[in-house]
Amino acid sequence: MDDIRVEDLTRKFGDLAAVDHVSFTVGSGELFGLLGPNGAGKTTTINMLATLLRPTSGRAEVAGFDVSRDRDRVRRAIGIVFQEPALDSQLTGRENLEFHSMMYGMGREERRARIDEVLALVELTEKAGVRVQNYSGGMKRRLEIARGLVQQPRVLFLDEPTLGLDAQTRRHIWDYIKKLNRERGVTIILTTHYMEEADYLCGRVAIMDRGAFAAIDTPGRLKDLLGGDVVSLEVEGTTGALEAELRATDWVRKIKFHEDVFSLTMEKGERRIPELIGLAQKAGVTVNSVLLRKPSLEDVFLHFTGKTIRESEASQGERNRAMMRAHRPGRGR
Amino acid sequence: MISLTAVYVLWLREMKRYFRAKSRILGSLAIPFFFLAFLGLGFNRMAVPGAGSINYIKYLVPGIVGMSLLFQSIFAGLSVLWDREFGFLKEIMVAPVSRVSIVLGRIAGGMTTALIQGLLVLAISFLVGFRIKSVPAVLLALLFMILVSTSFIGLGLVFASKIKDMQGYSIIMNFVVFPLFFLSGALYPLDNLPAWLRIFSYLDPLTYGVDGLRGALIGLSSRGILVDLLIMTAVSVLMVFLGAWSFDRSESA
Repeated sequence: MDDIRVEDLTRKFGDLAAVDHVSFTVGSGELFGLLGPNGAGKTTTINMLATLLRPTSGRAEVAGFDVSRDRDRVRRAIGIVFQEPALDSQLTGRENLEFHSMMYGMGREERRARIDEVLALVELTEKAGVRVQNYSGGMKRRLEIARGLVQQPRVLFLDEPTLGLDAQTRRHIWDYIKKLNRERGVTIILTTHYMEEADYLCGRVAIMDRGAFAAIDTPGRLKDLLGGDVVSLEVEGTTGALEAELRATDWVRKIKFHEDVFSLTMEKGERRIPELIGLAQKAGVTVNSVLLRKPSLEDVFLHFTGKTIRESEASQGERNRAMMRAHRPGRGR
Repeated sequence: MISLTAVYVLWLREMKRYFRAKSRILGSLAIPFFFLAFLGLGFNRMAVPGAGSINYIKYLVPGIVGMSLLFQSIFAGLSVLWDREFGFLKEIMVAPVSRVSIVLGRIAGGMTTALIQGLLVLAISFLVGFRIKSVPAVLLALLFMILVSTSFIGLGLVFASKIKDMQGYSIIMNFVVFPLFFLSGALYPLDNLPAWLRIFSYLDPLTYGVDGLRGALIGLSSRGILVDLLIMTAVSVLMVFLGAWSFDRSESA
C-alpha cells in the first residue's frame, strides 16, 4: 500500500516551475527523503502534499486521498513540521499543543494523555508552562516535532527538521525520527539539504534539483552507481609502468592521473591499499600519501547534476529570489 | 461543516493573546483618550451645528467609540498577516477544519476584543464628563458595536488576503482606515462637508455605525436608528461573506 502517490505534479510561480512534472510513490512505513539545495522545490512539493498550495497541474494522493479534492481527509491523515517556526510565541508550549489537539477534535482526556506523552518524548515536560517566546531555537524545534505527533498521523512531513540546530540536538532529533518510524510505523517524508542527514535517516532518497528529480533510490544503491570508493595515491617518480600495471588489474574500475595523484575507483578500497602500495614499489614509484574516500551522497549529487550542492545553491540564488517574489512578495529568507 | 470547537479554540487564542499584551491594551486606549481630552475639551464651548444644545464632548464620544472599533476591527482582520509573518497561519491552515470555521473563529475573537475596546472607551469617556442614559441605550449601542466590528473585520480579512506583507499594512492604514474615520462624521456633522465629499461619506459604512451609536447613546441621529440598523446589518453580512470568501481563496504557504 502506498501512502503517497504523485503523478506529474507541477507548481508554477509566474513563469517559473518550482516543481516540474515530478512523479514518485512512497510506501506505507517508509522513511523517504527529498534531498537537494535550497530552492530545488522540496518545500513546494511538501506544501502541495500538505494541501497548503494548489498544484498547477498533475495529481497527488496522500493516504489514499486526493490533495486537491479531498483536502480535509488529507489534513486528518497527516502531521507536518514546517521549515520556519509556526508557533504562537505568546502562548506556552502546552497551550500551543492544546490549540493543535483541539483543532484536531480530540477530547479532553485524550488530549491530556497525548500531550503529556509527546512532551516527554521531546523532553519538554518541565518547560511546558513557559511561553514559547522564551524558548531556545532547539526547544522550539522540538516542540514543533511534538506537535506534529500529537494527533498520531499516518504520514508525517518534516521540512528541514534539523535546520540551524547544534550537533547534539540534531542527533537527538534524528534518533526520535528513526524511533518513530521504526516503532510506530509512521510514514515519514523529510526534506533536507544535509547529505549526512539523508544518508543516516532515509530508506530511500530522491535527489531534487531545479524542480525535478535527478535520481531516486536507496542511499546505498545511489552510492554504488558511482562505482565504489576512490583511492588517491600521491606518487613520485616515473609513473608509466605503474599506470600500465594498474590498467592490467581487473578490480580498478577507473584511473585518473592529475598532478602526481592517481585517483582510482574500486570497491572495498581499504582492502586494496596494501596491494596498491606493493604494485607501486614493484614499478619503482614512491608513494607519498594515500587517501581513501567512501562515496557520499554529495558525490551522488555531483554525479547527477554536474555540480556540488553548494554550487547549485549559489547558481540558484536568482531562481530563489524570483520564486519569493512570485510567491510571497517582501519575504526573503 | 462548522466546527464549534475550532471556533472556540481560535477565539480562546485571541483572548489569551489580547490579555497577555497588557501594554497594547493601554496603548490602544491612549489615542481615544487624547482625542476625547484634547478635541473634546478644546471644542466643548463651541456649538455643534445641527446638534441643538448638545455639547461637543457628548457629540464626540460615540464617534470616538466608532473610531476605536474601526481600528481594533481592521487590526483583528489583518492579524492574519501577523500569523502569516510568524508562520502560525500554516499551523491553522493544515488543521482539518473547514475554512468557514477558521473565519468565524477569527471574527468571534476580533469582535470580542473590539467590544471590550468599545466599552473601555465608554468607561474612559466617564472621566471627561460623559454619562450613559440607560441600560437599554447601552444594549442598543452594543448591537451597533457588534455590527461595526464584524463589518470591518470582514474588510480586514479581504485586505489580508490581497496583500501579503507588512508594507501593505501601513498603506491600508493610511489610505483606507484614516479616510474611513474622517469621512464617517465621527468628529463633526457631515452637513458641514461640501456636497461632493459627502457622497464619499455616504459610501462609508462607519457613517451609519457612528450615527447609530450617536442615536443610541445621546439620542441624536441624522437618519434614524432603524435606517442605520438596517444598513449596518446588510453591510456586516456582506463584509463577512466577502472576507470569508477571499480568505478561503488565498493560499497560505
